[in-house]
Order: sequence, then C-alpha cells, then structure tokens
Amino acid sequence: MAIKPGFLSKNPSVLVFLLVLAAFTLGVTLMSEAYGAGVVSTSFVKTLGKTLCLCLIAIAMDLIWGYTGILSLGHFAFFGLGGYMIGMWLMYARTREIVLGSQGALPPTPQELQDAIATQIFGVVGTSELPAIWSFAGSLPAQLALVVLVPGLLALIFGWLAFRSRVTGVYLSILTQAMTLALSLYLFQNESGLRGNNGLSGLQNIPGVAADQDHLSIWFLWASAGMLAAGYMLAAFVTSGKFGSVMRGIRDDEARVRFLGYSVESYKLFIFTLTAVIAAIAGALYYPQAGIINPGEMAPIASIYLAVWVAIGGRGRLYGAVVGAAFVSLVSTWFTGGRAPDLNLGFYTVKWVDWWQVLLGLSFVLVTLLAPKGLAGLVDLVQGLRHPNRGGDPMGPGDGSLREEEAVE
Amino acid sequence: MRHRFLALTAALCLALPAFAQETPPSAEVSSSEIFAPEAAGEAPALTGLAAVLATYSGDIAKPSRKTIGPVIAEIGAAGEGAPAFLAAWADKRVGQAKDGRFYLIEKTKDGYALTDPVTGAAAGTVPKSELSELKPNAGVRGVIASALVEFQLSDPDPAQRRAALDALARNGAAEHLEPLRASIETEADPAIREQKERLERLLTVRFGTSSEERVAAIEHFNGDLALDVRGALNPIVVITRKVFEGAAEGNVAQVLRVGKDLGEEEAYLLLVEAGLAPARLTASERRAVLEANIDAGAVAGVPIAELDDPAKRNAAYKALVAEGKARAALTEREIGAALAGFTFADVYSETDATVTAAAALALQAIDTKVGVMQAADLGLDALSLASIYFLAAIGLAITFGVMGVINMAHGEFITMGAYTGYVVQLYIADYTTSILVALPLAFLITAGAGVAMERLVIRHLYKRPLETLLATFGISIALQQIFKNIFGTQARPLTSPAWLDGAWMINDVVSISYIRIAIFVLALIFLALFLWVMKRTRLGLEVRAVTQNPSMAASMGINPDRINMLTFGLGSGIAGIAGVAIGLFAKVTSELGSDYIVQSFMTVVVGGVGNIWGTLAGATLIGFLQKTIEWFNPSNTLAAQTYMILFIIAFIQFRPRGIIALKGRAAGD
Repeated sequence: MAIKPGFLSKNPSVLVFLLVLAAFTLGVTLMSEAYGAGVVSTSFVKTLGKTLCLCLIAIAMDLIWGYTGILSLGHFAFFGLGGYMIGMWLMYARTREIVLGSQGALPPTPQELQDAIATQIFGVVGTSELPAIWSFAGSLPAQLALVVLVPGLLALIFGWLAFRSRVTGVYLSILTQAMTLALSLYLFQNESGLRGNNGLSGLQNIPGVAADQDHLSIWFLWASAGMLAAGYMLAAFVTSGKFGSVMRGIRDDEARVRFLGYSVESYKLFIFTLTAVIAAIAGALYYPQAGIINPGEMAPIASIYLAVWVAIGGRGRLYGAVVGAAFVSLVSTWFTGGRAPDLNLGFYTVKWVDWWQVLLGLSFVLVTLLAPKGLAGLVDLVQGLRHPNRGGDPMGPGDGSLREEEAVE
Repeated sequence: MRHRFLALTAALCLALPAFAQETPPSAEVSSSEIFAPEAAGEAPALTGLAAVLATYSGDIAKPSRKTIGPVIAEIGAAGEGAPAFLAAWADKRVGQAKDGRFYLIEKTKDGYALTDPVTGAAAGTVPKSELSELKPNAGVRGVIASALVEFQLSDPDPAQRRAALDALARNGAAEHLEPLRASIETEADPAIREQKERLERLLTVRFGTSSEERVAAIEHFNGDLALDVRGALNPIVVITRKVFEGAAEGNVAQVLRVGKDLGEEEAYLLLVEAGLAPARLTASERRAVLEANIDAGAVAGVPIAELDDPAKRNAAYKALVAEGKARAALTEREIGAALAGFTFADVYSETDATVTAAAALALQAIDTKVGVMQAADLGLDALSLASIYFLAAIGLAITFGVMGVINMAHGEFITMGAYTGYVVQLYIADYTTSILVALPLAFLITAGAGVAMERLVIRHLYKRPLETLLATFGISIALQQIFKNIFGTQARPLTSPAWLDGAWMINDVVSISYIRIAIFVLALIFLALFLWVMKRTRLGLEVRAVTQNPSMAASMGINPDRINMLTFGLGSGIAGIAGVAIGLFAKVTSELGSDYIVQSFMTVVVGGVGNIWGTLAGATLIGFLQKTIEWFNPSNTLAAQTYMILFIIAFIQFRPRGIIALKGRAAGD
C-alpha cells in the first residue's frame, strides 16, 4: 500500500497506534520465555497474541458498524470460518506427519496415505472417508487462499442478497444473526465434514516446524501484531478519503446518500465483504494460538460480544475498537480466570467468576446509555473536545421539533 | 372313568422311557416313586385334583417335557385348585412330603409352611428334611404355562382373562391357538370376545396350519394400523439374499440380475460367503504379501522406496506371482465368469407363496394408510410447534412490531416466567393450583420487569433502535447469569398437573400429548386476548394511535410515554406466561429462553412487523416448515434448523417486509 503524502497527517492516530503496538510487541518479546527475561509466561503470551487478533476483528466490526452503521451480528462466523480453513491444513498436515512416522515396511501409496489420515481425523465421528471439502487440505497455499476466499464469497453472496432487497437496520442484524446460527448449527453436524461438535484440535502444533511452543507463541504474537498494524492502516486508508465520507454518509442518512447518486448497495457490499475477509484473517491467526476450534465458538452470542467490545471501546474510531477489544477481553480473562479477589459485602461474598457476566452486562447498558462514545470518549475529554450541548426538552412531540435551548438562541 | 384309565395307561407308558433316560434320581425322589402307585391304589375315595395328583405323583415329582403334557391336561381338567396348583408348580412353589402328598409350600425360617393344594387350607409346617421341593425345568414350566393360559382364558374373573390375553399377545405360540379358539365360544363379555377373536386371527397369521386359513386372517387385517398387526405380518415377508447354482428355489421374492438389481461387488461377496468362489485380493492382503517378500531392500527386484506407486506395486506383485510366491489376483473376466454361473435371488423364509403374497399386499395397504396417518401426525406436531413459537413470539411481536423496539432480553423474560412457575411449586404442592397461581404471577413479575426496563433503559434509546438491541442484550446476559447464580446450572423441575400427563392416542400412529393441546389452547386464548385488547379497549386504541403517529397521538392528548410503558409491560408479561407453558415440557434452565429467541425473531420478521396475523402466519409457516424438514431427515434436527434458517433468509429476499406487510402510512419508513 502506497501511503500518499498526508496520510499520516490526516490520520494522526495511525502513527501513535503503530508506535504503541511496536513498543508493546517489543516489550512482550523482551519479557518472554523464549527471547527475554521470562517474566511473561508462554500461556500469557498466547493470550496477548489472541487479544491482538480480537483487536483486528474489532477493527473490522468498527468499519462495518461504527463507520457504515450496519450492525452485523455475523462477523464471528467469518472469524470462525477463517480458523476452520487454516485448521484443516494444520490438522491434515500434522496427521500426515504422524502417519508417515508410523508407517510399515512399505512406503504408503497416495491412496493409503489419504485413507490413513482420514481414519485418524474422522475416526472420532465414525467415518473414515475424507470429505470433498478437504480436497485442498494438503496444500498450505490453497488453504491460505481459502481463508480469504470462503468467508469472502459467503459474505459477498449473503451481502448481495441482503442489501439488494434493502434489508436494513434491525432486520439486517437479525438476518446476520440467523446466518451465524445456521452456520454454527450446520457445523455442529457430523455430516458437515468438519468433525461436528468435536471441532478441529491440536492446531497449536505447526507441521514442519521444530520450534517449541515458547518460540511459536512469540512468532504468532509478531504475526498478529503485524497483521493488526496492516489492518489498522488499511482501515485508516479506507475511512480517511472520499470513500470514508460516503460510508459515514450511509450511516447517518442512507436515503440522502442514495439520492445524491451513490450506489449505496455497492458500498455496503464492499465494506461487508472487506470486513469479512479481515475477520477471517484474524481468525486464521487466532485459532493456531488457541489450539482448538469448534462450532460453539461461532454461536451468535460471540458476534454480539464483538459488538459489545466495540461499543465499550468507542464506535466510529479505529483506536476505540482496538482499545475496547483489548480492554474487555483482557479484563474478562482476569475475572473469569478466578484471579480477581472476591468482594466481601458482609452479608454476601461476590465471587467474580459468577458475577463478572452481570457486571459486563450492566456496564454495557450503562455505556450505551450514558457514554455512547465509549472509552475513546476519554480521549476527547483529555483534548477538551466537546459537542455543544443541544439538550433540553423538545418543545413539540415530533422528532424534528425545536428544543428549548435552540429556541432561545 | 374309562377315559381316565386310558389316560393313566398312556401316561405310564410314556413315562417309563423317560425315567430310563433321566440321571439317577436322588434318594428322596426314588422313595416317592415307589410310593406313588401305592398311594394311587390306597386312596380310591379321592376325587378331583387330589385324585389326579395321587395318580400321577411320580410324573409330577420328576417331570419331563416330553411326557408331562397329558398329565398337565389331566390336572387342568381336575377342577378346583388346579390353576393355583399349576401356577405354583411353574413357580417352583410345590413340594412333596415323605408320604407322597403334594403341598403348596412357602419357605419360612424353620422349614416350609404347607398349604393343601385342593382345599387351600393351611397344613402346618415341616422341617426342610421332611419335604422335597419340585424343580421343573424350563421346558416343563413352558408346558405348564401354556396350560395355565387355557384356564386363565376361561377364568370367571374378566380381569384375569384380559391379563391372559395381554400375556398371549406378547408371547403367543402355536400351542395357544387351540385353547384360545376353544375359549371364544364360551366368552360372554363382548369386548373380551372381540379381543380374543382379534388375537386368534393374529396367532392364525403366524401359526395357522393351512394357507387358506392364514390368508383369510391376513386379509381380515387389511388397513389395520395397529402395531401388533405389523409385528405379525413383517416376519412373514422377511427375505434373505441367496445364491443358487441353478434356478432359484423356494419361495422366491425376486430374482436379482447382476449389475442391475445387485452390484457386482456385492454379488461376488455373496459367492465368497457361500464358499462358491475364492476371495478377491484385497489391498491389505497384497501389502502383507509384499512385506513378507522383502529381500535386501527390494521386492521382486523393485526397490522399496518406489513402492509408493500403485503401478510399481502391481508389477512387483505380478513378479511374485510368476515366482509362485503369491496367489494370482482374479481378473475382471474371471469374476464375470464366476458370477455368470450362479443365480441370485431374494427368498422369503416363509415357504408358503400365497401367504407371503397376501402379507405383502396387506402390508402395502397398511403402509399407505400409515403414510397418510403419519402426515396427519406430522401436521399435529407442526401445529403444536407453531403454537409454541406463536406463544414465544407474541410478546416480541408487541414490543418489536408495535413499538419498533428490539428486546433481546425477551428470552430471559420467558425464562423468568418458567422460574416463577418453579418457585410457586416450591410453596404450593398441588400442581393444578400452583399452575393457576403461577400464570398470573408470572405475568405480573415479567410485566413489572418489562416496565422497569422500559423506564430505565429503553425510554432513552427510542431514537437509536440499534442501540436498544445492544442495551437489552446487556440486560439479557446479566439476567442469564443472575439466574445461574440463583438457581444453578442444572435443570429445575416444573411439573404439570396429572390431568395434563399422557397423550391423546387417536390410533397407533397419530397421537398428541395433552400438554401440547393445552399450549395450543393457550395460544388461541392469547390471540383472542390480544385482538380484544387492541380492537375493543381504550388502551388498544391509544396503542394503535401511538404506533401510527406518535406526534399526532400526543397532540390528541394521549401520553405516548405511558402507552409505550404499558405496551412493553404487556409484551413482557405475555413472555412470562409463555415461559410457564414452555417450562411444562422443556427443561427449565437459565438458557431456556435463549433457545427460543432466534426462532421468535424469525417468526416476527417472517410474519411481518406490526400485525398479529402476520405473527400467526409466521409461526405457522416456521412450525410446519421445521417439522416437514425434520420428516425428511428425522435423525437430524440440527439439519432441520439449518435449512429452515436458510429458507427464511431466502424468504426475506422475496418479501423483505414479511408475509403480511403494512402498507401506506402505517408502514412508517
């Protein structure tokens, strides 16, 4: 991507963000067990790497929701699909290594090899046939291409159908939620060819790489950080120019943009597909660090949590999404990991493992009600930026009626 | 008397060789054998059961399956006490005292409590050594049991007769046919007589002696849906696949042509199984042979490293065959030739062709009828599912349709209603009363929660519908976790009253449980209630006014805030009642509501927003659709849901505003 002169000056947050991200990555590397002091455990490095991937999908969510105003409740489906696509290769190639290692006196024929791999992978769901969708699983470049192509195509087709028939607002949200539900229910079946509710496992072992998990986790952290940086710059590029203006126009008044002559549907479709691809790439980086993927990860609720992160972080600005995803998922890990101290109220002891969800839900309500700008709104406070207070009660019952203070002016 | 004498002679003649065959009897038994004829001779005054027992005491003490038949028949004819004696005998509750007399016995601490088999009077207690227990073997017990059937079938007590018929229906055998037929004549109760005739036909189908008799019985069942009929007919048409060297023999159902009705692989496997042809060379066998012949890193001159190529493997194997170290693989031509020499056919195990033909015809007729009935059953199921969805969605339709507010916490309101029912049952033990209390209470509680939510949260977000969705989702996850913290993760029982247990069985195929009927009725009641509130009350009028044009309604003196609050309360309250109803048949967990929430949204969206008839149509469509898809693939309800959602996504393409779309100004945007 060629950065045009003025890109950074138009997007001051990019430079800050890249510097912070670089400092963070360097810091973690220097504290890791593989390359530094060993202060940070490998499992925590993995958590951080996964968090970076979540930040990347949060950027995608911010693009589609914060900038374009489409509340998609289906982006975790693309995230999961990306994970499945890379997981297929990881599992196939690793099983292949195992099978080759335990061969008999004769070298196996290609057919024998495939049958042995299929038995290993699908024994758990009671078949030994390799489904057709695994045809390319032996090839890393093919599966990497599928990481982008499968979710991209799905988003393209779904988006084309949905936007073409002018499904908007909450209808679209529910429709995307239905799509996610359908996909996860489909993957839950053994017949889907992706091991049903067992999902794909053992993904943390990278075939053909001899390095241990300490090193692998750092490499994945670097890859995630790099991809997050690239994603951030791409998102900043997309939102900064004319294209970004149209996106915001669609968000604020879709009909007006349409009457100005823009093909609203094409813009929406492009953003929907682009964000789906970004989500898929994030997923492809996330699941090798998580080690396992199953259809439960793609349940509709995951996508709603994604919206929660972005909302808490602050919609309509890229760093808001990143801060929200990082903050909520790390705090969530801290609370649900049982490391948070219990809160003794005298008559009742609050165990955070049990009450964290309640806290999250309520704080989400409060953020939506009281601080629609989210955590990123704090930046505005620091910079002294404020919207003029146009509050006051309406003077008439209609939406457009003057408000008290406007009338006074 | 003459008859009895003949029977005695016959029994003795039959018994003699049996004694010779048995293993050497124990001391006690042999003494009784010696005793037996004496007893018969010394007690000429004995009559009835006592006489028979005395006469055959040897046979009874040491029975053999082959010879005991006439003796049991004799006992059976002996009158009073006989059935009880037979039953006790089959149960191993009969003992023989030293004097050769038989008693019904019951084990006590000191020995046996005796009961006289004829009079049923207690006859004291004897120590264990004074008595030998009779232990008839399984074969004899079977004979006794079937003799007992005869008595039971003509027992004066109708309940006994019914019990006997039930037992026969479960495990009837050929020998039951005659006693059953005999008992029909004398049967006084018309209902039992009908049951007996039906059972007689069923047994005739299976065990009848002539084919005319069996065919007549089969034809009588034409179109009968009962499971027992199918159970009797199905074994008749069981086929086995057989290989014949010449023409097919036996009761042939179908001659199979290789390549058309039967795959070549399968046909050849049949030949191999029958031992008529050598097995084909399998890949693993070939591999084993190759591995066994590895010689200095090569097999028959081919290096091992190259053997991952199937062609090279073939070559190596052929070389081994040429060396005589392996058997040759069969060629396709050889297999074809082998197959050509045989006939393959499906053969009935039942030998009578007219019977199988009649049975197949009857089964076909039954299958057609069963198909129709299954469709009816499916219709009922779908209707019940539709009413559940309607009940779950109606509250949502009010809040979403009338107010344009998405309430993601709707599912939790349903759960709240179900838990209310559970808590009420903790305090009110009577299930009927508790349900009657729980329904209005659930309405009040969830309506209260709804009003509180509207006041605190939703009111501030009317201009931002997408954010309502998110805020209510936040409430939803908080509520769900609170339920978990209070009630735990395991399912809680919400028991329905006894009069709702069971199902309405129309026939063996079509049935529907009473709970589902109750839910259907409840759904109808709520439809009527909703229509009445909307069309006939002041509140309904104001709600419609606010829905259509809030500003104008406000100008006319209606308070939109109040109306919105009440509408939201009503919608939430109905969710609570739906929760009680759903909790009666589903597991009450904190996730109860979220299982229904997506379907409820679908119902509202498919039906069309802002119209109760649309919701009804949506629920019906989704209910029937889901059941129909499940019918195609009954084992996989996940697939059904997947395809249903895909269908709905496609449906939205064609009718983006639902089945019943508002038109004109009422449509709003």
